[in-house]
Amino acid sequence: MTITLNKNDKELIVALEGRLDTLTSPELDAKLKPALDGVEKLIFDLDKLKYISSAGLRVLLTAMQIMDRQGEMKVRNVSTEVMDVFEITGFADDLDIE
Amino acid sequence: MKEIELKALKENLPQVLSFVDGQLEELGCAFRIITQIDIAVEEIFINIASYAYDPETGPAAIRVEIREDPLSVVISFTDSGKPYDPLAKPDPDIDLPLHQRPRGGLGIFMVKKTMDDVTYEYKDGQNILTIKKTLDG
Repeated sequence: MTITLNKNDKELIVALEGRLDTLTSPELDAKLKPALDGVEKLIFDLDKLKYISSAGLRVLLTAMQIMDRQGEMKVRNVSTEVMDVFEITGFADDLDIE
Repeated sequence: MKEIELKALKENLPQVLSFVDGQLEELGCAFRIITQIDIAVEEIFINIASYAYDPETGPAAIRVEIREDPLSVVISFTDSGKPYDPLAKPDPDIDLPLHQRPRGGLGIFMVKKTMDDVTYEYKDGQNILTIKKTLDG
């Protein structure tokens, strides 16, 4: 799992590559939380994310709850496999997917 | 039929997945189906690793059986931990807005949604959870 954070003033782009699962989600959670200070626009770029399990969904949900209070959150470049998961779990209805 | 037995520890997840995926790849299984099966295997194995023997650890056995007509895979997970039927839990209400939802229950819900059949039994002191997925199409 590769996590790339790109912060530009109040915008943070988080690019994920690989698998966001039970073993890798804690790493994303740990990197993301401190990086969200002062962020008003959070963008997840999932172009290279091939897999997400419920552990990964919980990190997205936490990020969404934080961004509800301080700005907006978008998700872009979602693969078919990850979109399957978003649709089954109802995340597709609530996430702002570009 | 093939089987592995290992300690029900989260860090053994990659070993479980490569055991299962190796057999699916031999069958030329589509990536999308492999992904769905991986998610189901992860959710079930992690459940066992997290709760079955808590706060101790213990073994889990994963058995993969390929059936024909139609081509399908049957995967069973056996542990001798506390009796626990994960299917008894009510499904999360996925129509609720995300921030109003309780945080748990999504994993097993995904298993139920993506697999063709999911069964639980407690027998001879063992939890046995079995999933079935048709592979053709």
